[in-house]
Order: sequence, then C-alpha cells, then structure tokens
Amino acid sequence: MALAAGRAGIVLALLLALEAAVRWGAVSRNAVAPPSDMVAALLRLAGSGLLWRLAAPTFAAVAAAIALAVVGGLVFGLLLAASPRLRRAIEPLLLSYYAVPIFVFYPLLIVVLGLGPLPLVAIGAAFGVISVALSLLQGLDRLPTPILKSARLEGLGPWATAWHIRLPFAAPFVLHGAKLAVAAAFIGVIGGEFILAPNGLGRAIANAYNDFDNPLLYGLLLFVISVVTAVNLGLHAFERRLREQRGLA
Amino acid sequence: MEAHLRLEGVAKVFAASGRSAPVPALGPLDLEVRRGEFLSIVGPSGCGKSTLLDIAAGLLAPSAGRVSFEGREVRGATPPGLGVVFQQDASYPWLTVSENIGFGLRRRGLPAQAVADRVEEAIRLMGLSAFARAYPAQLSGGMRQRVCIARTLVTEPRLVLLDEPFAALDAQTRLLMGDELLKLWRRAGATIVLITHSLEEAALLSDRVLLMSARPGRIIETLATGWPSERSSDLLTDPRFAALTQRLWTALAPEARRALGLGSEAA
Repeated sequence: MALAAGRAGIVLALLLALEAAVRWGAVSRNAVAPPSDMVAALLRLAGSGLLWRLAAPTFAAVAAAIALAVVGGLVFGLLLAASPRLRRAIEPLLLSYYAVPIFVFYPLLIVVLGLGPLPLVAIGAAFGVISVALSLLQGLDRLPTPILKSARLEGLGPWATAWHIRLPFAAPFVLHGAKLAVAAAFIGVIGGEFILAPNGLGRAIANAYNDFDNPLLYGLLLFVISVVTAVNLGLHAFERRLREQRGLA
Repeated sequence: MEAHLRLEGVAKVFAASGRSAPVPALGPLDLEVRRGEFLSIVGPSGCGKSTLLDIAAGLLAPSAGRVSFEGREVRGATPPGLGVVFQQDASYPWLTVSENIGFGLRRRGLPAQAVADRVEEAIRLMGLSAFARAYPAQLSGGMRQRVCIARTLVTEPRLVLLDEPFAALDAQTRLLMGDELLKLWRRAGATIVLITHSLEEAALLSDRVLLMSARPGRIIETLATGWPSERSSDLLTDPRFAALTQRLWTALAPEARRALGLGSEAA
C-alpha cells in the first residue's frame, strides 16, 4: 500500500513539475501542453461524446486482438506441448520473433484483409499470440508428473486434461504472457491507426498532430496512457493474487 | 480368500535410449492381493516398486504378463474402483482443499449436496477442517499429502494403491498417519497395497509383507504378520514387532547390499 502511494506520489510530482515548467516558460506551450490543460481537454472531449466515438473502434479492435492473441496463443501452445518434435523445430524461431519489425507487414495486411479493422486486429494480435504460447509452454514445463498421473486416474482424455489440469496449472504463467499481449494489442492497433486507418484514436492523434491542435493531441494521449495503465495495473494485481495463491510470489 | 488384484508373469523392460542398453526394471513376477487385506511391498531402492504400482494401476503397460483387477484385465486405463496415492505431492495448486478433495466426485456427476457432505466428512477425518478453504501452497507437505489421500479415499475405491505416501513426513506424523490409515482401512473395508521402503511401517501396518529383490525386482519372500485387524502404533512396544522387523531386515539385507553394489560380506 505504502509502495503504491509512493509510486502515485512520484507521478504526481512529475506532473506538477511539468505544469510549473510550462506555465513559467521553461518549456514552450507549442511543444507541450500543461497537464491541467490536458485534463481539461480530455474532460471536454468526454463531455461532447467525441471521445467515445473516437475510442469505440479502437477498443473494439484491441479487444478482438487480445481475444485472438489469447485463444490463438493457448491453442498454439497446447499443440506445441503435444508435439515435442514440432516444438524443438519451432521454438528457436519463436524466441527470435520479437526481433521482427512486425509493422513492415502492415501494408501487406491491408492488401490481404482490406482497409478496415481486420489488419489492425491482425497486427495487434501478432505479438501476443507468441508471448501467450511461450508463457503457456513455460508453465506446462513445470507441471509435476504426479498431477498428470492423477488426471489419467480420473480418466481424463487429452482435451479434458488440457481444460481441467494443464490450463489451470499454467494460468499464472499465461497471465504474464497475456499482460504482454494486452500491451502489444494497444501498440499494434493504435500504431496501425496512426499509419493508415480511416478512424480510431490513433487516427485522431495523427490528425491533431497535423492540425497543431495541442490540447486535443495531449488530451487523447492522456486518455490512452490512463486506460493502458489502468488495464495493466488491474492485470498485474490479478496476477500477483494468483501467484500468491499458488506460492509462486 | 478371493484375489482382488492379480499379476501374472509381469515384467517391465525400459527401451534403450541412445547408446544405453534396454533396462530390465521389474520381474517377471506373480502377485496375488486378497480382497480386504492390507499388503505392504518392501524392497531396496530402485527395485521397481513404483513401476510395479504404475503397472497395477494401468498407468504403465507391462512388457510381459497380465494384470487383472476383480477378474478383469487392466489394460491402458485405470479401472473404476481403484485409487492411487503417489509419493510426491499431487494436489492441484489452483483448487482449495475442499475443491481438491471433491474433484473426482464432481467428475463422477454426483449431486452437489452429496459431494459437499462427503468432502466435509473426509476433511474432518483428515484433520483439515480449519483449512477447507486454504490452497495447497498454504499447507505443510504433510497436510498436502493428507489432501491427496482424502481425494483418493473420498471416491470410496475398493482397492487403494499407496506409493510411499508418508515418505515426505517426519517420524511422528508418519506414525499418526499410519494409525489413521488403519482406521480408514477398517472402516471402509477396502484392499490396501502399500509400497514403502520402511521396514517398520510395513511390519506395523500390514497383514502380509512382500519383499522384493534388487533390480529387476522379483518377489523373494512373503511374510504374514499375524496382527489382528484392530491394531495401531501401540505395537511398537510389542516384542513381536521387533522380531518381525528383524526377520524382514535379515531377508532384505542381501538385496539392499546388492542394490548398492556392496559385497555380500560387507555387513
């Protein structure tokens, strides 16, 4: 609790320092809006209903990307766990996957999937699928043999064992991968909108930047950062509770 | 008395891997467990006791021979009515104590109230009432093992195979758990096969003790203890207990030395 209060205090102090620096002219208003103006712009956006119209397609794409990454990653991870030979062949490639600049595929995805939400969902899910699959494998590697034998004694088949034993055991590890998938989904979708999309938060941020509309630009940035931080903190708290429950903390 | 579990000519050879030769781990051996008896199997380290249990439970296919439970061949799956408690912790870390114990009952489709009643009774019998809602990570090793024993016994198996279930417990808890196991055995009327490396445990708890040779394990001797079914750790002070333990050690010592690669005169 004291640690969380300390963290909030540091963020608050940085915001106050930025406010003072802009208001006293140490930092140009043309470069950075003072945090109070950001909050005011965000409240105006929310009050006008524009914020929801801008955010709705983005959040829908992010939610779809997260769902695709988690479900796809779990299925992919279970397939690799079931086939050690396939896993040995593919795992080194997966571990170097993070080095691939995935955005270079965005134009290709638009050609294949069209100029709609699909390429955004695909690029938002691309990183997450791998992080969820790898974290699932990491969890399954620690599954004790007696637990698997117990599943056989209960007469559980391969899919029932996956559902009732393997996935619940690996849940804290999967959650760690899912946290990365959530962050990657926001980056992928908003980044994709920024480059080439007809609407969404990323597009609105790019437009505000081109129009020198600093209050709107920073209001949107504050909103995105607040949402991502809140989601991440929620997931982190859930992961910590799960790890404590399992004695993994 | 009727044979509850029968092993005929059972042997296990683990296949060669890489440059290593095939490993004969067990047998061939014949074994007959009578319905309702408490049988212990004792043998030197690495003699194939756990392999024998896995084969008897249908978790491992024998290289040769046949296993039958209640007259039906055991092949590829654990038959209904047979329960196993493993040496290592097999509690499910994502479930509470009561959820762990009720796992098998829920899988069998019992009504929720019947599951709750049987779980509550098992929890009480195992002395875990204060921990019904705790997760395994919050329990000691001995308590986790009691959860696993309860999870097996709550399904009321007719044959229980126990693979060194008290190995992780301290000496005092072992004695107390042994007494509890005897009470449960008398109450449930189930057949019990206990695999252990402890001669004292085998001598104290069993109707009969089978001694196994060093790898590949074979049955070298069978001893009837002669204890009445109403017995407990009070027998520790009985002179017959010391004599029985001595007899077991005399028979087993050459095999234990062989398993360690020591000469027969090394004692």
